[in-house]
Amino acid sequence: MILRCVSVLAFAAPLADLSPAVAQAGPHDRAPHQAWSFEGPLGRFDLSAVQRGYAVYAQVCSACHGMKAMTYGDLTRMGLTMEQVGRIAATQQVPGGVDAQGDPVTRAATPADHFRDPFVNPQAAAAANNGVAPPDQSRLALVYPGGPDRIYAVLTGYRQPPAGYRPSHAGAVYNPYASDREIAMPPPLRDGQVVYTDGTPATTAQEARDVTTFLAWVAQPHLEARHRLGAQVVLYLLFLAVLAFLLKRRIWSDVH
Amino acid sequence: MTDEGSRDRQDRQEKTGVLPWLDARLPVVSAFRREYVEYRTPRNLNGLWNFGAILTVVLLVMLATGIFLAIHYTPTAAGAFASIEAIERQVPSGWLLRSIHVTGASMFLAALYIHLFRGLYYGSYKAPREMLWLTGLVLLAMVMFTAFAGYVLPWGQMSYWGADVAGKAVDAIPGIGPWLEHFLQGGDAPGDVSLHRFFILHMVLAFAVLGVVGVHVAALHVTGSNNPLGIEPKGPRDTVPFHPYYTSKDALGLILFALLFAVVVFFLPNVVFEAENFRPANPLHTPADIEPEWYFLPFYGILQSVPSKFGGLLASVGAILVLFLVPWLDRSPIRSARFRPLYRVGMGVLVVCFILLGFVGRHHAQGGWMIAGRIAVVYYFAHFLVLLPLSARWERGVVLPESIAGGRGV
Repeated sequence: MILRCVSVLAFAAPLADLSPAVAQAGPHDRAPHQAWSFEGPLGRFDLSAVQRGYAVYAQVCSACHGMKAMTYGDLTRMGLTMEQVGRIAATQQVPGGVDAQGDPVTRAATPADHFRDPFVNPQAAAAANNGVAPPDQSRLALVYPGGPDRIYAVLTGYRQPPAGYRPSHAGAVYNPYASDREIAMPPPLRDGQVVYTDGTPATTAQEARDVTTFLAWVAQPHLEARHRLGAQVVLYLLFLAVLAFLLKRRIWSDVH
Repeated sequence: MTDEGSRDRQDRQEKTGVLPWLDARLPVVSAFRREYVEYRTPRNLNGLWNFGAILTVVLLVMLATGIFLAIHYTPTAAGAFASIEAIERQVPSGWLLRSIHVTGASMFLAALYIHLFRGLYYGSYKAPREMLWLTGLVLLAMVMFTAFAGYVLPWGQMSYWGADVAGKAVDAIPGIGPWLEHFLQGGDAPGDVSLHRFFILHMVLAFAVLGVVGVHVAALHVTGSNNPLGIEPKGPRDTVPFHPYYTSKDALGLILFALLFAVVVFFLPNVVFEAENFRPANPLHTPADIEPEWYFLPFYGILQSVPSKFGGLLASVGAILVLFLVPWLDRSPIRSARFRPLYRVGMGVLVVCFILLGFVGRHHAQGGWMIAGRIAVVYYFAHFLVLLPLSARWERGVVLPESIAGGRGV
C-alpha cells in the first residue's frame, strides 16, 4: 500500500516538473499575459482572427520570414475553400524545374506547394537583414520562449529607447520584450498597414493580436481537432471503465 | 448415390468444425485455452500485476503506429525534419499517430519502471523465476536503446544534441571509446550516416523486443505468476482460472491506463513534446539546456553525480547491470517485502533515491543537487550490494501464511 502511494507520487512528480522550461537567452521585461481563445484544455481558434492574421503574415511578415512546413493547401483548415486557396497559391511563383534549354524556370504555385521562402538560402537571408537571418515561423509560437504572449508583447513593444541605449550592431532596435531588450527586426506593424476585408479597424494592436493568433494556429494546426477528439475519447473511456469495473466486480464476487 | 454419400461426409466434417481440424494439426487452439483461459493464476494479485498486460498492449500500439510513421519518414539529415513536419501537417491523422507514438514511449517506460519495482518489492526475481527476471531486464535495456534511437529520428535540436552528448559519453570509454563513437556515428559528429543507422536500429530493436517479450511470457507460463504474499499456490483454492478473472481485471486496468494515455495525448502533449525539438537540428548552435527524456534522467543524474566522466558512465551502466545479479545477491528465502520489514524500508528508500536522481539529472547535479545525487548513488548501490546480501541475517523467525487462500490480506 505504502509502495503503491510512493510509486504513484514518484511517477507523477517528475512529469509535473517537466512542463516546458522557459529558457531565457537574455534579460527582458516580462510579457503581460493576454487572454487567448486557444488557451486551456478546451481552447479553440477564432478562425476569423486566424484569417486576418494570415492577411498580416502575407502582406507584412512573409517579406522576410519563411514558413517552410506549411503548404498553401493547409490554409483550407482556417476556413477557406480549395478555390480560394488555389487563387492564393497562384499569385506566388515557385521554382518550376528547367525549360528545354536547361535554364531554371518558375511557375505559379498550387495548393500542394510549400509556402515560398522569401530568400533562396540562410546566407542570403542574413545578408539582406544586417547579418541576422529572420527565423522560420512554422513553429515560432511553440519554440519562442514566452510563446504567444511574448510575440504579441514584442510586436507592440517598440518604443523610445532609454537615454543610455546604444545599438549593439547595425539595424538593431530597442524593444524591452526581446532578448537583451534589443531586436534586429525594425517595427513591422503600424496602424492601417494591412487592409482587412471584413472591415475590422487595422490598428497596430489588432494586427499584432491577429498575426499572433495566426502564428499560434500555424504552430499547433490540430489543436482544435485534438481537443474535440480528446473529449470524445475520454468520455468513451470513462463510460467503458465503469462497465469494466462492474463486470470485474461481478465476476470476482464469488472469490472475495 | 455418390453425391449423397459425399454430402454426408461433408456434414460430418462440418460438425467437427474448422478449429478442431486446425487444432489436430497445429494445437494453437488448445494451447491458447491452456495458457490464457484455464491457466491457473494466484487469486490475490493486486493492481500492480496489471502492468504486464498493459506493457504488451502498449508495445503493439507502438509497433502499429511506428510502421505508419516509418512509411512517411525520410532518414536523411536533409529530409528528416521536413518529413516529420509533413506527418504532423499534411498526412491525414499523422499528428494523431505521431502523438500516440511519442506519448507511448513515455507511457511504456513509466509502466516498465512500475513493473520492475513491483518485481523487486515482491521478490519476483527469486527461484524459480530467475529467467523471467533476466529476460525482463534484457527487455528494459532493449527498450531504452529503442527509445533513445527513436528520439534522435525527428532530427530537431534536442535529437541532434542528445545524440551528440551520447556520442561524447561513449567517447569517454578508455581505449576503444573514440573508435566506438566513430563507429556508431559513422563520423566525428551525428549526421546522415548516424541518422540512417539509428533508424534501422530503432526498427530492428522494436521487433526484437516483441520476440523477447514472447520469451519473457513463455518463461512466466513455466513458473506461473508470483503474488503479493510471495508464497507458491498450494492447491486449487489458491488460484483462479485466468479467464474470466484476470481477463476482466486486466481489461479494467488497461482502460484506466488508456484514460491516462488519452489525457496526455489530447490535453497535455507538452508533457512529452520538448518545444526545443520543434527547431530543426543545427550543429552550429548548442541549446542552452540539453537534457534527456525524463525516463533517462535518473541515469543521467548518476552520470553527472560521479566526478569522473568514465566513472559516471560506469556507474550509470552499472546501475542497470547490478539488477542482473539481484537473484543471487538476495540471500533471503522470503520473497515478498511484506514479511521483510528492513527490506521493505530499503525498497522505499530505493524508490525515493531513484526519483531524486531524476531531479539531480534535471538540475545537472549543480550545488546541493550534487550532494543529494552522490548520497542517492551510494544508497542505490549499497541497497543491492550490501543490504540485499545481509538482510537475510536480520530476518529470523518470520512466519509466512500457510496458504494464499488462508492468509490473504490484499
